[in-house]
Amino acid sequence: MSNRVIICETSEIIANGLADIIDGMAQFDVVARIDSPEHLSERILSTDANVLVINPALLGYQNKEFLSDLGKEHPNLIAVALLTSCLDHSCLTPYIGVIEINDTRSKIISKMNEFAQSETTKNADDVELSKRETDVLVAVAKGMMNKEIADQMNISIHTVISHRKNITRKTGIKSVSGLTVYALLNNLIDEKDLI
Amino acid sequence: MPKKKTPFSKDAKFAELLTEDRRLLQLLPRFGIGLGFGDRNVEQVCQINHVNTDLFLMICEIYSESGYKPEKHELQHIDMGDLLSYLKASHLYYLDERFPHIEEHLQRIIDACGQKYGPMLSHFYDDYKQEVMRHIKYYEEEVVFPYIEALLNGKRTDSYKIDEFEHNHTNIQDTLDDMMNILLKYLPGDILPKERIEISYDIMELSDDLNRHSLIEERILIPCVESLENAKP
Repeated sequence: MSNRVIICETSEIIANGLADIIDGMAQFDVVARIDSPEHLSERILSTDANVLVINPALLGYQNKEFLSDLGKEHPNLIAVALLTSCLDHSCLTPYIGVIEINDTRSKIISKMNEFAQSETTKNADDVELSKRETDVLVAVAKGMMNKEIADQMNISIHTVISHRKNITRKTGIKSVSGLTVYALLNNLIDEKDLI
Repeated sequence: MPKKKTPFSKDAKFAELLTEDRRLLQLLPRFGIGLGFGDRNVEQVCQINHVNTDLFLMICEIYSESGYKPEKHELQHIDMGDLLSYLKASHLYYLDERFPHIEEHLQRIIDACGQKYGPMLSHFYDDYKQEVMRHIKYYEEEVVFPYIEALLNGKRTDSYKIDEFEHNHTNIQDTLDDMMNILLKYLPGDILPKERIEISYDIMELSDDLNRHSLIEERILIPCVESLENAKP
């Protein structure tokens, strides 16, 4: 399966240069180039991207927080740091790996392949519903609409949709009535909870 | 591109079609083709049974090759009346034969589930059945088909156009897939396993059949109706 990449970098020269290298790889498609992390989550959702290459300087000291929030909304997303200047190394811990401004084309290619590899292994283990996903599942099973769920759980509607995608991927069940049965069978809800 | 040789030609032996793809057997009753066709070829069998040979072969192709899409010029020979009778016969087959058959099995599973899981399983199935009925009976048979029949009789109306056609079969199939998952993966293992395996075969077959049915609507019915709509009065 091909990887869908979003590049988040202010410099057009750097972003386009990197996009050119990544687009040349068989397993990768660059689906979006953006110059600021604003609305990143929505873009990931609308482009169905699974790889984010981002300049950590854009996030300042918020790298950890930002990426951990992003990871909750998009559990399949892998984040790669694009390092263009000297930066405090503690910023880089939330990333799966780093591409540096002086890396050669072949080095970038081998790094990207390696990162994508680790993503597939992560995916294979990832079959249990997370706490957040279970909460969404219960709400769906009780007949709540996406908007209501978002309001109640204090998350965006996009996040709800992304949780629902993951629930379907993990359980194999698509319909609301099927999810209700699933929730009942796994004792996540009680018959009494249903209207 | 040269047309590849298939057993789906007018002068092939009718019996060869069925050895090529045994799923085609289930099409015979819908076309009103009886058994006992002997060694006759496809065209002869179709003629005896008053079936449009082109339409019959086209539907056979869709059943045995999901990538098959008839060309525009091939569709010109299709008789809409025959196509509608075929689709109606398929609907009858689903509603009067396949679903009751699955229900019978399912009822035994529901009974064995007892008070704990029985009611919800039965509720799940009822919801699903309603959705199927809504699409097939109250939408296709009461809105779409009468519209097409009126068109065939030269009556034009602006109240409906075929491009509004609801491709609702995906929903119907999704729920069938969910039912499979529930029966195989999530119901406790000790509840009638043999019955559950058997019903799964039936569900898979029905799911595949419904899938072909919607391909027939998408690739034959809709383009044919579009050209009817665009024809000069």
